[in-house]
Amino acid sequence: MILWQRLATIGLAAMANFLTRVLPFWLFKRPGSQTPPFIQGLGDFLPGAIMAMLVIYCLRDVNWTGPSHGLPELAAAFITAGVHLKWHQTFLSLLLGTGSYMLFINWPF
Amino acid sequence: MPRSAFNVAWHASLPVLFGYLILGLGYGLYMHNLGFAWWYPPLMAATIYGGSVEFVIATMLTQHFNPLTVLLITFVVGFRQFFYAVSMLNRYDSGDWRQWLRIYGLSDETFAVNYTLHVPTGVNRQTVYTWVTVLDYGYWISGALFGGCLGQALALQIPGLEFVMTALFIVLCLDQWQRESDHLSTLSGLVLTALTLWLVGKTYFLLVTLLLLVLEYSWLDWRRRQS
Repeated sequence: MILWQRLATIGLAAMANFLTRVLPFWLFKRPGSQTPPFIQGLGDFLPGAIMAMLVIYCLRDVNWTGPSHGLPELAAAFITAGVHLKWHQTFLSLLLGTGSYMLFINWPF
Repeated sequence: MPRSAFNVAWHASLPVLFGYLILGLGYGLYMHNLGFAWWYPPLMAATIYGGSVEFVIATMLTQHFNPLTVLLITFVVGFRQFFYAVSMLNRYDSGDWRQWLRIYGLSDETFAVNYTLHVPTGVNRQTVYTWVTVLDYGYWISGALFGGCLGQALALQIPGLEFVMTALFIVLCLDQWQRESDHLSTLSGLVLTALTLWLVGKTYFLLVTLLLLVLEYSWLDWRRRQS
């Protein structure tokens, strides 16, 4: 690819990506008209599922049949969750969760 | 003393700062290793602004020019953001020009943070949402810029640090869990995503999961209207 083709590729990707974000606002949030109740209900239903989806999305590359069987990821995930349920301090949860993961995968055993 | 909107946004976005700097750095390094000049990663970070799309486009830039495929692939890979926008219709509720910024910057992390965010009374919600969006945007570009510039100089990496993003989503998922009145949605997301990842693989599982969730909601909605 020559330079203008590369820039065009980036521009097209930027447009298409923005389109996925702006389409619902164009389709369902017109000035002077109500958002359809079905879409509103969907918007209330989805976020819980999406948060869970994003957790699994982050773990998509874990090799469950590999030598560690995904144990470091699972253990660190449970530590993060446990710490957060106990203290409700986002930073502490991230620190101990990530810290324990780094410890697990760099531990020589 | 009332906290300013920026202050609330800054605190809420701090975890994303670490996550995006680390991920952006990885993305910059990735493009550097594909042979791109230093300005490509920040340019793509600033225009496309979507991590998974940028990784895909980076590899497509090394192949032949194919505009239609670029549009289609971007749309498929980025389509989950359509549902973030659907969920944000009620929250992003202001007609001013900043609404464009909020929509343009609706990434995974910005969605998750802004959706679960607790805004204290007396602080303008829309302003907080805008600041979180702009800050996250800045973090991502900075990370990509560092990664693209430092290239091999940063070959030294600390394995495991990238788990901070996973931990952030776990935390936000738990916050959502404790706020919702019934857990059907979250449990469905957990089970369906795990199942589709196993059945259809890494490329399409998010798309399939979202379609199944829409089907599930349609069925619930239909049943509710029957009774």
